Amino acid sequence: MIPARFTYLRASSVDEAIAMLGQYGDEAKVLAGGHSLLPLMKLRLAAPEVLVDITSVEGLRYVRHEGGDIAIGALTRYHDLHGDPVLAEHAPLLAHVAGEVGDQQVRHRGTIGGSLVHADPAADLSAAVLASDGVLVVSGPGGRREIPAAEFFLGPFTTPLLPDELLTEIRVPAAAGTGWGFEKFRRRAIDWAIVGVAVSGTAVALINMAGVPVRAAATERALAEGASLADAAALAAEGTSPVEEPHASAEYRAHLARVLTARALEQAPG
Amino acid sequence: MKVTIEVNGRGVSDEVEDRTLLVHFIRDNAGLTATNVGCDTTSCGACTVLLDGESVKSCTVLAAQAEGHTVTTLEGLSGEHEGELHPVQRAFRDQHGLQCGFCTPGMIMASVSLLAHNPKPAREEIRRGLEGNLCRCTGYHNIVNAVADASGQEAGR
Repeated sequence: MIPARFTYLRASSVDEAIAMLGQYGDEAKVLAGGHSLLPLMKLRLAAPEVLVDITSVEGLRYVRHEGGDIAIGALTRYHDLHGDPVLAEHAPLLAHVAGEVGDQQVRHRGTIGGSLVHADPAADLSAAVLASDGVLVVSGPGGRREIPAAEFFLGPFTTPLLPDELLTEIRVPAAAGTGWGFEKFRRRAIDWAIVGVAVSGTAVALINMAGVPVRAAATERALAEGASLADAAALAAEGTSPVEEPHASAEYRAHLARVLTARALEQAPG
Repeated sequence: MKVTIEVNGRGVSDEVEDRTLLVHFIRDNAGLTATNVGCDTTSCGACTVLLDGESVKSCTVLAAQAEGHTVTTLEGLSGEHEGELHPVQRAFRDQHGLQCGFCTPGMIMASVSLLAHNPKPAREEIRRGLEGNLCRCTGYHNIVNAVADASGQEAGR
């Protein structure tokens, strides 16, 4: 399978990428690792006329401890994140989850920024960033703006990014010593999660329990009120809207959310 | 567009469509056919090559993205001496880590990358490291043995 015809442009800086995006507007898509976009294009589910490749943009592949935050460049690959010592210490949930995405080859190529802007409700990292109270830093022709993760996912594959904006950085509060847990259920090793749960401290985020990654609000409330982990986990599916699919009914997903939340909470001491 | 990629140490330049996939550039333009197109959907790993030393699925990379980068395919592996097999190739043969052989080039390239990061992987780590490569013949057992052998560890039975 090959994608429909498009024009390939390679940007060498953030400003150049934004200028290219400004010129082509809705007709252009940003290409980073390409492991979400290119499969869609090969299946002809997406057919952008222009691809702006940002993988040669310098200075967007890093993990840094800045003040009380961990700053992650949007082009940082899953493999980088999984092996990063700063991340392992200060944002261990993200470091772990990055190693659970796809397979070795996918992790060598896929980027954290690409995963987030793709906004797939089945994505592991979106839920992990949501549980970590992450903030997404976006650059556009008018400068930078920051969007909290809780406001970034508007619907399946939908974000508030404008056509000429580029996600450049992800920031999460440094959380050394915070308990964390992660569980996902798949049919086969490299499948997307049918349901997954990311826990950081007392924040609980669910994968694939709605059109966007969502916080398990009832579980978090119960934890705050001193409920047992088991009682809090039993509320994990409250207020969610899981999709119905042939291999995973909404009821089955709700059951998985409760079971996996209990397991993820048990992994997170304190 | 004109694309130049260093494939197995040799610069390969050709005029291709912007939408050309790296795997097609390797097979059709560089003329190296060890790299197979299997599922063509980033699942099976038959098209695995090294891009700047890291394993990637070349059906999900544009040739244009590899412009100015280095690619290693199975044909680019070699042992210490001229004409010798690479240790991972030798181990796949010694341990009978293949039957039909279709997955083997991708399996070997993924194994080379795995061992570069983890020179002495436990059997479970080998299985996890090769999650992105499907084999429909062997049941994986002898492949795991081959990677263990290549890393200088007991192959198992």
